[in-house]
Formats: sequence, structure tokens, C-alpha cells
Amino acid sequence: MLEYFLSFLILTGAALTFIGSLGLLRLKDFYMRLHGPTKATTLGVGSLLIASAIFFSSRDAGISLHEILITLFLFITAPVSAHLLAKAALHLNLRSFAKMPIKSIKEKEGASNGTIGTQILEDNPSSSNTHAPKKSVQP
Amino acid sequence: MKIITRLLPHPVLSPTLTVLWLLLVNSITPGQIFLGLFLGWVIPLLTLRFWPEAVNIHRPFALLRYIGMLLLDIILANFTVARLILGDPDRLKPVFIELPIILTSDLAISLLANSITLTPGTVSARLSDDRRYLLVHALNETDPNALIAAIKDRYERPLQEIFEQC
Repeated sequence: MLEYFLSFLILTGAALTFIGSLGLLRLKDFYMRLHGPTKATTLGVGSLLIASAIFFSSRDAGISLHEILITLFLFITAPVSAHLLAKAALHLNLRSFAKMPIKSIKEKEGASNGTIGTQILEDNPSSSNTHAPKKSVQP
Repeated sequence: MKIITRLLPHPVLSPTLTVLWLLLVNSITPGQIFLGLFLGWVIPLLTLRFWPEAVNIHRPFALLRYIGMLLLDIILANFTVARLILGDPDRLKPVFIELPIILTSDLAISLLANSITLTPGTVSARLSDDRRYLLVHALNETDPNALIAAIKDRYERPLQEIFEQC
């Protein structure tokens, strides 16, 4: 019974990962291609990892929780890399089938003397283009 | 009080690190728990410079509910995107939308951006320089205003309740 459940999880995971990769081939522009790997692949790898956790928990004594950590880190890192890729693409003015909002284009022209690095965690609200280093808050 | 905040600058980070350590070594013996507590105490002290603002969780249960909802949405998102990929790519209507955000803390904004990327058909692409708009790319969307309302209602409001006192 357990084997059937595990095979189901593994097959689902493999299928979702495959569809996600297929998206790279089928979708038309860079921004659309970003959607495949960030989503379909996340759940695909997720269900493979759940299958692995259940298998090793049932085979060995004790439960196996490493997989939960992998899933957690995957969920944290996948969106960040997608965000940075999208940002780099915007900076390079890649061809897109979606219309750009006018406001962002204007803002991008205004910021074109800067570099790509306006990351969420490093942005300084008052002086956004100047890359001022964050003030240390050590007591 | 001051000495406590100095010795334990991140009350949320420390137990998180302890739990992470216990998951990593995969055992709950007293020695490992002690080592985990020690790491949870030392690492925030050593990395103080990288954590510019303290994390405040005002409503922990709301956070748990948010995580549960997000997991469900991620599962749904996967099937939505899988269906879109397998369908006819020429019929998709990709669109950029600007999402006005009211969140102010770094952590809340990054969590919002992450949630948007992990959920159906949307990828967060760029935070405007004044931090008031998030540029979001939607894979197939005919009604941008409905999407904005949905994101604000479903993700932004809970995040605001959790991390920023209203």
C-alpha cells in the first residue's frame, strides 16, 4: 500500500518537473518562461522530497526530516532567483509580449545611470539610487 | 531589559536557528538541544550587522495560518501553471501590473514578493525605487484590477497584520 502511495508521489513529482521544464521550450518570451521553473518545479521537487521523507522514515528507525529543510530552503530561494532574473531582464530591456507599464519605464530611464543592484533587502528608502550602505545598528 | 536585548538581539531568530539545527542533525538528544540553543544564541550575535531591523511577529497564529494558506496556494499554482504550459501558448495574455504596496518593513515586502512568485501565474519582477510599487508579471490575466485586489486581500493584509502593528 505504501509503495503505491510513494510511486504516486514520485510519478506526480516527475511529471510536474517535466511540465515545468517543458514550459521553457513552449512559452514565448523570457518573462513567461520564468513561470515554469519557479512554480511547476517547486511542487515537483516538493513531492519527490515528501516521498523520500516517508520512505526513509518507514524503513529506518526514527523519522527523517532533512527533506523538510530542503523543501523550506527551496521555497525561500526559488522566488529570489526568479526575482533577480526578472530584474536583470528588465534592466536589459528584453523583448516582452506584455506591455510595460509606463511609470516603470520612466523610472527605469531615470535610474539608468545606476546598476542593477536594487535588491529588496538592501534598498535604502531615502536614497535609492546611490547604493548607500546600510547603517550598522550595532549597539 | 537593555542587557537582555543586547545578549539576545533577535528573539525570533534564535529559536528558529535552534529548530533548524535539530532538523539538520535529525536527532533530539539533550546534547544536540544544548548545542542548538548555543548556536541560536551565538549566531545572531555574530551576524548582528546583517540584520538591520529586528523582526517583530505580532500575531504568531496568523503567521501559521498564512503559511498554511500559502502552501495550499502553491499546490494550486502548480496545477494552474502546468495547465497553462500544456495549453496553447499563443492564447496566453501576459501582462505587467503595478501593485501598490502599503507594507514598509523589508521582511514583509520580501515575504510578499516571495508569496507572489510562488502563487498562481505571477512573478514579482521589480520593486520601485520609492518602495511603493511592486512590478508583477502575470502569465495569463485579463483583469489586472481583480488580480491586484486579490493579492492585496489575500497576502498583503495578513502580512501587515503579522509584521506591522496596524
